[in-house]
Amino acid sequence: MQVTVTTRTRASTVAGFVALGLIALGLILPAFASRSLIQDLFFILTMLTLAQLWNLIAGYGGMVSVGQQAFVGIGAYAMFAGVILWGWDPVPAILLGGVAAFLLAIPMAFFAFRLQGAYFAIGTWVIAEVTRLVIAQWKTLGGGTGTSLPREATSDIIGVATIAELFGLRDAAARDVLAYWLALALAVGTMAAIYALLRSRNGLALTALRDNDNAARSVGVDAGRLKWLVFLAAAAMTGLVGALIYMQTARISPDAAFSVTSWTAYVIFIVVIGGIGRLEGPIVGVLVFWGLQTAFSDYGSWYLLALGLIAIAVMLFAPRGLWGLFASRTGIALFPVQRRLVTSGLVTGQPNTQREEVT
Amino acid sequence: MTPPVTVLDLANVSKSFGALKVTDDVSFSVPKGQALGIIGPNGAGKSTLFNLITGNILADTGRVTFLDQDVTRTPAMTRVRMGVGRSFQIPQPFEGLTVFENLLTAAAFGQAKREAEVEAECAQILADTELLRRANDLAGSLSLLDRKRLEMARAMATGPELLLLDEIAGGLTEGECQALVATIQALHAKGTTIIWIEHVLHALTSVVERLLVLDFGKVIGIGAPDQIMASREVREIYLGLEV
Repeated sequence: MQVTVTTRTRASTVAGFVALGLIALGLILPAFASRSLIQDLFFILTMLTLAQLWNLIAGYGGMVSVGQQAFVGIGAYAMFAGVILWGWDPVPAILLGGVAAFLLAIPMAFFAFRLQGAYFAIGTWVIAEVTRLVIAQWKTLGGGTGTSLPREATSDIIGVATIAELFGLRDAAARDVLAYWLALALAVGTMAAIYALLRSRNGLALTALRDNDNAARSVGVDAGRLKWLVFLAAAAMTGLVGALIYMQTARISPDAAFSVTSWTAYVIFIVVIGGIGRLEGPIVGVLVFWGLQTAFSDYGSWYLLALGLIAIAVMLFAPRGLWGLFASRTGIALFPVQRRLVTSGLVTGQPNTQREEVT
Repeated sequence: MTPPVTVLDLANVSKSFGALKVTDDVSFSVPKGQALGIIGPNGAGKSTLFNLITGNILADTGRVTFLDQDVTRTPAMTRVRMGVGRSFQIPQPFEGLTVFENLLTAAAFGQAKREAEVEAECAQILADTELLRRANDLAGSLSLLDRKRLEMARAMATGPELLLLDEIAGGLTEGECQALVATIQALHAKGTTIIWIEHVLHALTSVVERLLVLDFGKVIGIGAPDQIMASREVREIYLGLEV
């Protein structure tokens, strides 16, 4: 029996080239795009990264966290601390955000992993709220009212002068370009890392764990280790995104940085609308979300009510999201992770005598 | 070094849930290559005994030895890697994965190998358990018989020295049951040590060389199947015969 295992599909080959093309286009886009388009794309890319990370822990890992805002907030505050207290340049200070979120994730996981299902969700939310309250006591970073990045720090961020010169932009617009490029790098890096994880042995284990914790342990999957790994990695990346978002806005307050609505509810909306448990989902979701936000966010609470209704409708009529609906109709997967077995010369029930021929 | 003659040994193993003693001073051992059947009425503690062997539950007292190593406190995950494979009474497939991926996961982690090293073996197990035609279907879409087959196939993929089957024939039609028994016989013929809990007695006795009877957590008989089935005590308790 000859055995071949493949994950590739024709759509995925095309998608690979399209993705490379889009990344290249994204890189050169600031040369001719308007500042508002760059800002919109910054928003889309950061939300996409947050959504991919939440999708990883919830959609694949089964850990439905409602406390991801803790990592956005702590990441952003760590970046501010680096700049304001220690005089770092904002760009390297973003890395502090990742480290801080990673460190916060350790005690958070320690407590939250004792909880299951809805209790886990509430537990993570509570820990995020506690973190917000603690940070609001940090007087040198503005306490409850927050603070801004000092002018001298934002005026000479690494690379901004070069970008300003290169594209003939004012400093503020050049800062947006820098932030946009960093967001692009984070989004592409995150998606590539998640895709690589899902294609690896651990990707199988993660899905197995989500589907049946008990059975996964019974086939030798180290459930605890894998959950820790994924949760901590997602937290660190979320911290980086948080730091980047607040480098771009240059103004922070505990209520905004630890907002459950902005950094978790919207993110869950994006994942649910697009399709949970698949990489394509958040991409579709974030575009839908951005469209709705652009068109209707002026309507305030009505807009939020509408988002809720849309989410409910999608959950009822397309529980696997818009992409899930599309994929189940067409069988198309842009980022396939399924290992498909192809056998030839097979005689069912006969012992395998040609194992050495395996390709 | 000669391979250990005894694959599994339980010595005075007990387990209580609150005031209820579900496993009461159980001792027995299984030599290499043997197929042991476990029978007993509902609630006799059969599945708990399995969980004690696999490590899903840890014993309160007593000692569990697997291949000459004391595994009494060893977690389930480690025991799988040592060679204790199991199926569940109620099939527990990874529904979001395909049938083939279910096996890949079990083989890659149960044997601590890379995926590429176990692909061929998984395909062969699928062929042996008549699941090859469903290889690329999601496990969630399988019929009961195929789910039972997958339970067994997945346990086999972990590369077990000792295979534990929990009511694998329950709920199947006569024809389906025979197909499954043939698969188990073939597996046993290859030298795999098997412990099998089953209510479908004729299926069980067509494979096993030894029967163990459990009642209220106690071993009330162990020996050759015909001898056990002839025992008055067993017939009273297990078959509910009036004496």
